[in-house]
Amino acid sequence: MKKKTADRSTAPEQEPTQSGVKSRFELPFHIVKRPHIAPWKKILIYAIALVGGMLLSSLICAVFSKNGKNPLDFFGQLFNGSFGTPRKSWLLFLETALLLGASIALIPAFKMKFWNLGGNGQILMGCLCAYSCSYWLGGKMPDGLLLLVMFATSVAAGILWALIPALFKAVFGTNETLFTLMMNYVAAGVVLYFRSAWIKNGSGQFPTLDHGILPSLDKYSAALTVFVFFVLTVLMFVYLRYSKHGYEISVVGESMNTAKYVGIDVKKVVIRTMILSGAIAGMVGFFLIARTGAGLSDTSPNNMGFTGIMTSWLAGFNPLLMFLSCFFIAFLTRGMTQVRTDFGFTNSSVANIVIGLIYFCVISCTFFVNYKIVFRGKSGEKTDLDRKLANQVRGVK
Amino acid sequence: MFKKILSLSLALLMVVGAISVLASCKKETKTTAVKAALICLHGDSSTYDKNFIDAFKTACANKGLSTTDYTVVTDIPEEGTACYDKAAEFADDGYNLIFADSFGHEANMLKAAKEFKNVQFCHATGTQAHTAGVANYHNAFASIYEGRYLAGVAAGLKLVELYGETITDENAKIGYVAAWPYAEVISGYTSFFLGVRSIVPNATMEVKYTNSWYNEAAEKTTAQALIADGCKLISQHADSMGAPTACEEAGIPNVSYNGVTGTNTFVIASKINWVPYFEACIDAVKNGTAIEASYTGTIQTGSVEITAVGAAAAAGTQAKLDAVKAELIAGTRKVFDCSKFTVKNAKADESDFSKAAYITMDEEGHLTGYKADVNDDGTYTGETEVIKTANGITYFAESDFRSAPYFDIIIDGIILA
Repeated sequence: MKKKTADRSTAPEQEPTQSGVKSRFELPFHIVKRPHIAPWKKILIYAIALVGGMLLSSLICAVFSKNGKNPLDFFGQLFNGSFGTPRKSWLLFLETALLLGASIALIPAFKMKFWNLGGNGQILMGCLCAYSCSYWLGGKMPDGLLLLVMFATSVAAGILWALIPALFKAVFGTNETLFTLMMNYVAAGVVLYFRSAWIKNGSGQFPTLDHGILPSLDKYSAALTVFVFFVLTVLMFVYLRYSKHGYEISVVGESMNTAKYVGIDVKKVVIRTMILSGAIAGMVGFFLIARTGAGLSDTSPNNMGFTGIMTSWLAGFNPLLMFLSCFFIAFLTRGMTQVRTDFGFTNSSVANIVIGLIYFCVISCTFFVNYKIVFRGKSGEKTDLDRKLANQVRGVK
Repeated sequence: MFKKILSLSLALLMVVGAISVLASCKKETKTTAVKAALICLHGDSSTYDKNFIDAFKTACANKGLSTTDYTVVTDIPEEGTACYDKAAEFADDGYNLIFADSFGHEANMLKAAKEFKNVQFCHATGTQAHTAGVANYHNAFASIYEGRYLAGVAAGLKLVELYGETITDENAKIGYVAAWPYAEVISGYTSFFLGVRSIVPNATMEVKYTNSWYNEAAEKTTAQALIADGCKLISQHADSMGAPTACEEAGIPNVSYNGVTGTNTFVIASKINWVPYFEACIDAVKNGTAIEASYTGTIQTGSVEITAVGAAAAAGTQAKLDAVKAELIAGTRKVFDCSKFTVKNAKADESDFSKAAYITMDEEGHLTGYKADVNDDGTYTGETEVIKTANGITYFAESDFRSAPYFDIIIDGIILA
């Protein structure tokens, strides 16, 4: 122990000289932050990460396959699961659309650095209201009117669930991360409460609905949902990029104090933005139930409130890029279900490893987008960049 | 010349074509190629789903289906439309026999059945096929209450081995980790309890619900809570290894469900063997015959099984079980023999979930009549009289009117915690 500290204290005296005599270990490369990156390089890095992750995954799946499938089958089944039939394609776009909905519900809050982790709860409250309206009022009023009531209550419930933490944040400065997160569990508890009160046979199963089902424009009742959320995503892009509100959101996100000094009412912006977030989340809940009249469950949002966080970050909070990130995640989820079935996996563990691995590759490659690795020349000579940096420090151009 | 050759060859081609068509007609022996798919709620880490998956593969192999003709998809949730979507995808892909294994899949399966008339949809544990009137939609279950009763007998013998012939009330208390408070589960633990009572008449049983089918942590802590409450033996109706693990750690004997747990405290397990049902369905699709709307497998059909006795079972258990099983098959012993249990507490129940309105009983508290909720129409009201008398025994006729259980009375001696 003593020796080590002694070594450390003497280390600076043994700094290598320009002659290149090494007295301690040095990594053969430097990590340098990129001030800017060409778009093609960025795309290339993502593409390499994606392809690399998938190749690795195909090998893993082939190794664990119970019926002798090879890595090529992996790619075949991944596409088969996503695009194999018109139904599969529609469901892929449907899942993309719902995920987009969850993501654009989070994005405005994220842009003002309000960490809304309560997407799940807000969606679930939307589901609950849509479901209970149809459950109790179905058949007692015209279906068109019922749909309107369902929509209105869903949006209102989403807003309520977002507004509570927003008010606390704006008025008392409460930590919104924990608050929104906990609201998820409260929402789940509310659903469980109504389940035990309404479902008298004790099975814990909300039945499917007969009333208040949205008209299906296509065979798979997907088109309407896809259309609504695709359009909303574009509108969200316009709102954030070109409207005064959007500008205010980004100023609040950059610096609360700046916002205050230029005369932006921060409280108002926080509350207004969370109302928007909650409204969209509530809408997602409405579509989850009213698209087909599905039964309710405390897990109805399918964790989209959390997946939406990932898609938002992956897209750099740009709604248009979210088309890509949401599509990517929907594609992977649906494709892997097919791979799992075809490769004879009778549990989801391998599929989860693979999905995690691909996410990891894609997310971790952002490191190479933000930083670059510069290798040293031979025998520890300083490269141009090192010299440049040294010059910068000295103030020489 | 060319035209002649052309017309001649065309004519020849047509003749050959016609012959081949006719020949293929003759060859056809009215059998349809079967493509079967199984939709599971969880994967094979759940004992419940593993039981289905293993049986499905065995049945398909027994019936000569190649591995490309059958498939299993796991982790299809009950909520939303996931099960319908998957069933419809299978139908699109040419599967003509589709199974689903979880109670909550029913609405989605029924919806798919209405859409794909040429595909047979079979749903285990469901309650609606007998009233839905959809020809290609079927329910199935087994009289697993017989298996659980036998497992209860083994549990009773274990208590006798541990605490002697006359057991104090304190030592006659057992515990049960149950999933949901509905008929399938209530019927299951009541039959188990009656099996125990046939050996230990003063037995009582504490039941705790996890409100989940598969939650290993909750099942384990629930079992631990029961053990802490003084339960001397634990059984469970939930799908993970949670309860058996808790018993192993505490050295408390465990009566399991859906297979051998491999633990030292394992007494016995009952399980449903789905192979006979799967085979019957495959045959029906192959030969174009109808599948029963609501199929109940029994001990005789090989659908209800008890495993070999485990390390912790009492000596002489197997012989006793063989004797009781023979009586059950002969009909001289009924699991839900009304003279063996009383329902005073259920009759006095004034809660929202009370079944008191459907119960008629004699002065001693034995059931004389019960209207069960056999037709699952969403109103949760009992409409079918299910008390029968045969061989001089008045009994609750479980799984007679539909395959899925409908015994949902909390009998005296069972303590809900």
